[in-house]
Amino acid sequence: MIVLDRIERDFTVGDETVHALDQVSLEFSVGDYVSVMGPSGSGKSTLLNVLGLLDRPSGGSYRLQGTETTTLSEEGRAALRRAHIGFVFQAFHLIPRLTAADNIALPMVLAGVAPKERTQRVAEVLASLDLADRAHHRPDQLSGGQRQRVAIARAVVMRPTLLLADEPTGNLDQHAGSEVIALIEQLNAGGITLIVVTHDQAIGRRARRRIRMVDGRIDSDDTDEAA
Amino acid sequence: MRLPDLLAFAGRSLSGTRTRTVMMLLAMSIGVASVVVLTALGEGARRYVVGEFASLGTHLLIMLPGRTETTGGAPPLFGETPRDLTLDDALALLRERSIRRIAPLTVGNAPVSFGSREREVTVIGATHDFFPIRHLTIGSGQALPAIDPQRGATVAVIGSGLRRELFGSQQVLGQWVRINDRRFRVIGVIGEGGESLGQNLDDMIVIPVASAQSLFDSPSLFRILIEARSKDDIARAKQAAREIIRQRHDGEDDVTIITQDALLSTFDKILRALTYTVGGIAAISLAVAGILIMNVMLVAVSQRVAEIGLMKALGASRGQVLRIFLVEAVMLAASGALTGLLIAAAGIGVLRHLFPAFPLSAPLWAPLAAVAVAVGAGLLFGVLPARRAARLDPVQALTGR
Repeated sequence: MIVLDRIERDFTVGDETVHALDQVSLEFSVGDYVSVMGPSGSGKSTLLNVLGLLDRPSGGSYRLQGTETTTLSEEGRAALRRAHIGFVFQAFHLIPRLTAADNIALPMVLAGVAPKERTQRVAEVLASLDLADRAHHRPDQLSGGQRQRVAIARAVVMRPTLLLADEPTGNLDQHAGSEVIALIEQLNAGGITLIVVTHDQAIGRRARRRIRMVDGRIDSDDTDEAA
Repeated sequence: MRLPDLLAFAGRSLSGTRTRTVMMLLAMSIGVASVVVLTALGEGARRYVVGEFASLGTHLLIMLPGRTETTGGAPPLFGETPRDLTLDDALALLRERSIRRIAPLTVGNAPVSFGSREREVTVIGATHDFFPIRHLTIGSGQALPAIDPQRGATVAVIGSGLRRELFGSQQVLGQWVRINDRRFRVIGVIGEGGESLGQNLDDMIVIPVASAQSLFDSPSLFRILIEARSKDDIARAKQAAREIIRQRHDGEDDVTIITQDALLSTFDKILRALTYTVGGIAAISLAVAGILIMNVMLVAVSQRVAEIGLMKALGASRGQVLRIFLVEAVMLAASGALTGLLIAAAGIGVLRHLFPAFPLSAPLWAPLAAVAVAVGAGLLFGVLPARRAARLDPVQALTGR
């Protein structure tokens, strides 16, 4: 489903060039559950941004579901992102003036889905994430765990094939964090490909495939045989 | 993105920053309102002046005896010329098709008395057509009868001021007044406000032209008012009238013809230009409001960087982000413009109430142009912030770097 071939991503900081990603080659299949760990600055967030088509690699090839993405235009990548990729961020990134339901509907609004279908799909997602009674609350009226669940609902409402989570529990306490992890694992069990970037060893270990990055390179890549 | 969703989204983000939006609406609406009110004032002034001229009569030519030369000197308004204009000259003009009607006039001063009261007033010798040509209204009674202009009649129509002075509160119709040593029966009173451009008709008395000629013992006319059939006929009527008189005066071109419409259209042009100028000056405030919109939108973009990053992560294309912010800017401008129209309507209403005589009304183009300029300014000045938003790098936007 995803094929990364010798991906490079360089940043220029002052007059120095930093290799955030250095010749990274990876493959992921549909339904994978992958964690990406590593120290700060190891390139794990950059990897996630490249996978999410938010960032453009400086070199190499990235094919998503058979489409070569590195040659696509900005608009082409936006369309692919809309159709295939859901994001969950550490800081939730909910729009404060919109209700939970409107935040969840936002990707469908941008995609031009008819209002009737939007309402129906938002209701479905809210129900499945146990948020139905929070539909008309604004983000500042929700707890951290609830906000992240709304954000996850927004990430999956377009039924993407790939869910990318960047420190999804970073702003949450232990209890809310494990709820959120349980939720995204449940989505993964339903068939969505899940890639989680995290600092947290406990969360990282839960994934069937664990990638460790150091200095922009893959340091280790372990997969549970049991899976 | 569907249009209703786009509008709803923009509306929601505008109502999210209420103070800023209200300030912006205020700036834009003041701009639009001042354009509309000022052009209404300019247009009102134009209509007022044009109306004053129109009350003199429309499609009017005035023929004076004597020829204005380009060598200077006062215009021969009271000029003595070797050859007078006569009643026959005036009646000959009616042969011309482009001339609808004429009013030969003689003017003189004479004492007018009733009982023991006597006043020295201006006596006008005229015909029945004088009243419609000069747009005079009859307050009571009737105008001069439509008799043969060559025949005299002992009837008179008096101005309302003269009526007050001579008769007080007495019944006036049917009374006999004395002008010099002749008696005339009053058959009508001219309506109040019979004034046009300084010539007050309140203190005059109008009698048939033939009677006036015999009263003053002079066959010559003071002037002839000529009404052309239409605006297009004025030039033809002028030429034809000159030609007719020239033939009657042995080939001598010895009359002056003034067209009132030429005068009128000059005033009309000047005042119209004034209206445009005032409107244009007011439109500067719209440009200022446009720059304010740009400022507001730039602030909005920098405050909503994370939101823009998020929208891109959710699959919004550059074009979509651009459209979202442009729609916001235009919506801001358009609602400001509409508020401005309401303010202008209220302002014009109040002014009309205060000055009922002044024909105050905005020409149709003013609100249309004001709204168009406002929305155009919103669009123009919204482009820069919207482009800045569209170009944001999503990774940097989301991490706040």
